[in-house]
Amino acid sequence: MTPYKDVAHLFRLASAFATGLVLFLLLRGSLVPKSFGQYGHYRGDALSEVSSRPISYAGHEACELCHADILEVKKYGRHAHVACESCHGPLAKHAEDPSIAPQKLDTAVLCVRCHEANHAKPMDFPQVHSAEHSAGLPCNTCHQPHTPRIEAEVKKKK
Amino acid sequence: MPVEGFMYPNEVELQWSVLIVLYPFLTGLVAGAFILASLERVFNVEAVKPTYRLALLTALAFLLVAPLPLQLHLGHPERSPEMYLTPHRSSAMAMFGFVYLWYLMGVLVVEIWLDYRKDIVTTMQSSAGLRKLVYKVLTLGSTNVSEGALKMDARVSWIITVIGIPSAFLLHGYVGFIFGSVKANPWWSTPLMPVVFIFSAMVSGIAAVMLLYMFLTKYRRRNINMRCVDTIARYLFYTFLIDFSLEMLDLIHRIYEADESFRSLDFMVHTRLFLSQVVIQIALGTVVPLVLLAYVQILPPRPIARKRIYGLAGSLTMMGIFAMRWNVVIGGQLFSKSFLGYTTYKMSLVAREGLLSAIFLTLLPLGILWVLLKLLPPWPEQATPARMVD
Amino acid sequence: MNLSRRKLLILLPAAAVAWDYVLAGTPEDSPNYKATEHWWGMLLDITKCIGCGSCVRACQLENHVPDGFFRTWVERYVVRDWGFEHVKVDSPDGGKNGFPALDDEGKSFFVPKMCNHCADSPCTQVCPVGATFVSPDGVVLVDQKYCLGCRYCIQACPYGCRFLNPETNTADKCNLCYHRITKGLTTACCESCPTGARQLADLKDPNDPVHEFLKTHSVQVLKPHLATGAKAFYNGLDGSVR
Repeated sequence: MTPYKDVAHLFRLASAFATGLVLFLLLRGSLVPKSFGQYGHYRGDALSEVSSRPISYAGHEACELCHADILEVKKYGRHAHVACESCHGPLAKHAEDPSIAPQKLDTAVLCVRCHEANHAKPMDFPQVHSAEHSAGLPCNTCHQPHTPRIEAEVKKKK
Repeated sequence: MPVEGFMYPNEVELQWSVLIVLYPFLTGLVAGAFILASLERVFNVEAVKPTYRLALLTALAFLLVAPLPLQLHLGHPERSPEMYLTPHRSSAMAMFGFVYLWYLMGVLVVEIWLDYRKDIVTTMQSSAGLRKLVYKVLTLGSTNVSEGALKMDARVSWIITVIGIPSAFLLHGYVGFIFGSVKANPWWSTPLMPVVFIFSAMVSGIAAVMLLYMFLTKYRRRNINMRCVDTIARYLFYTFLIDFSLEMLDLIHRIYEADESFRSLDFMVHTRLFLSQVVIQIALGTVVPLVLLAYVQILPPRPIARKRIYGLAGSLTMMGIFAMRWNVVIGGQLFSKSFLGYTTYKMSLVAREGLLSAIFLTLLPLGILWVLLKLLPPWPEQATPARMVD
Repeated sequence: MNLSRRKLLILLPAAAVAWDYVLAGTPEDSPNYKATEHWWGMLLDITKCIGCGSCVRACQLENHVPDGFFRTWVERYVVRDWGFEHVKVDSPDGGKNGFPALDDEGKSFFVPKMCNHCADSPCTQVCPVGATFVSPDGVVLVDQKYCLGCRYCIQACPYGCRFLNPETNTADKCNLCYHRITKGLTTACCESCPTGARQLADLKDPNDPVHEFLKTHSVQVLKPHLATGAKAFYNGLDGSVR
């Protein structure tokens, strides 16, 4: 049987490690965020932190509250299912405080992003070669964006 | 043009830099050096005894530096304790944190302490002042170096080494698994990855200790123990053969199965990765050292020629294994996961994750090793350091 | 304003609720939202996408996405006659400002891409600390305060939807506009899509029309062989799409 004095140093080593482990466990208790593990292996508070960020797009239902007259026109036109902010940009700030004016739109840039002819677009989607179609004129020269179809042209085709 | 073909927009910039190449290289050296040490302790290969302590100290020096490239790479290094506080058990990276800690404290530090205990006590007793204090701390307060105590030490040390061998495999195998388990990346995703990493680690570690031993012995103006280096070189050769076979197996398997990713990866190897993979890793870093080492085995030349060959083969090996890490980490990010394009790695020079940082972190372990060699000399120094045979 | 009394009675309560959510820039989440009642996904209709890039712009504005990085993007595919081994794909600036004219012959179409909010997410599997996770309602989120920025999740995502945000030095990606969907709004990309190519889906809601569509049409997910449990469903996805 090995006398204790010959293994004492090994016990010292072991107790040094044990002390380290205990310190770590104590530290862990105070350092791990309280909501960790609430729903899974993550901080439960993260869910509310993410969901409480401010919004930039108000959503078309918010627009329709004040601008119902525009809605009346739009909902019978070809842009019925195009949300207001799709063209007008994020307007949550404007919806909260109508005195904040929305940005001015430039139809020369705006409309072609969707309607410039491109072989990859679906065949049934209305698209034109803008240089030939409008010869440099802004689109709202002839088209009203909220109801873009020109009835005169439709009648002509018929 | 940095991008050729199509890459998903978020893929163009590489995520893991040269520092992440360095990290498996450093941990690989640790595992390899330890395996060499275990050859003597567990497998009784007495010939390599002169390198036993050096191998352990080398492993320690590299293991201490290994987390540094990771820290430098993190977006929030101050949050890294989270890996120990809330480790995600399904993440190989998280579990590696504990493997690292176990290996450092439970294996390497204990083994070094047990082997050096007698010398630490002796040095303490013959020192004064600050030096005495440093060594006193290292003794953990015990000065018992009786035969009984030392026998106990030897027994425990043997057990630790036996546990240490699978621990070393786990250490570097885990690093391989960190890459090998990523199903999103076909260059990485293979069950062979941990195995290839382990064997290339052993190759690099053995070569590193061999080179360090030769260099330090020359520096101390001693004669190199040829029986020792010949044995190390032989083990290097065998390990390298296995490593090379495994890597060739991976390659042949890929070429044969030619799955969806193959055309893209094949193109990448022939173009962007040609220099680092075909020239540096395979030709100069594997085939040439293998031929040199094979030559020594078949037609052994005179000692002076053998030393030169070992020096050359060892250096090329180190370069080749670094290139292997480069090809895995960087190569895995050069091609698009759409298999339709390629990007380029723009390694900066002076940035946080730049070349200079990588060079510094490669040299730092050598600096630490120098300190360790002073603190815990591996070889008994004689009074007159004239030319002596070990 | 020309509202009939009936319309007003319908609109006002809805308006009141919506108004609250519009004003909800305050750090309190919606008290009526129960995560376990929802399981979110998205329907992406290739037959309707016109590659206008409205979704990319809207997402960038809604979520303050830094330039050069993308929480969502649009790709254009051109598949020539001889099959889908030879495709040409482009995504200029993620498709943010649309696409230039196309010279190539062949089948071509647009594919919007985003985080697939995988049910068996490979990215959350590898996170070492639990900074990214699948929420109880099926949205893969990133905890910006906990993420180390190790980038393992970015490597593990097969779809290329993650990036390292240079402003926060943490991983970032589409979070399905979690701050909007928990308040009854739709995502910014769905809101701004002019053709309805992108539609939010609640897979636990039997009355959700998108859910109905998914049950009655052939839909696909990207990289099904990786078994990620992706919840971004594509209608009309060509076999050449990667």
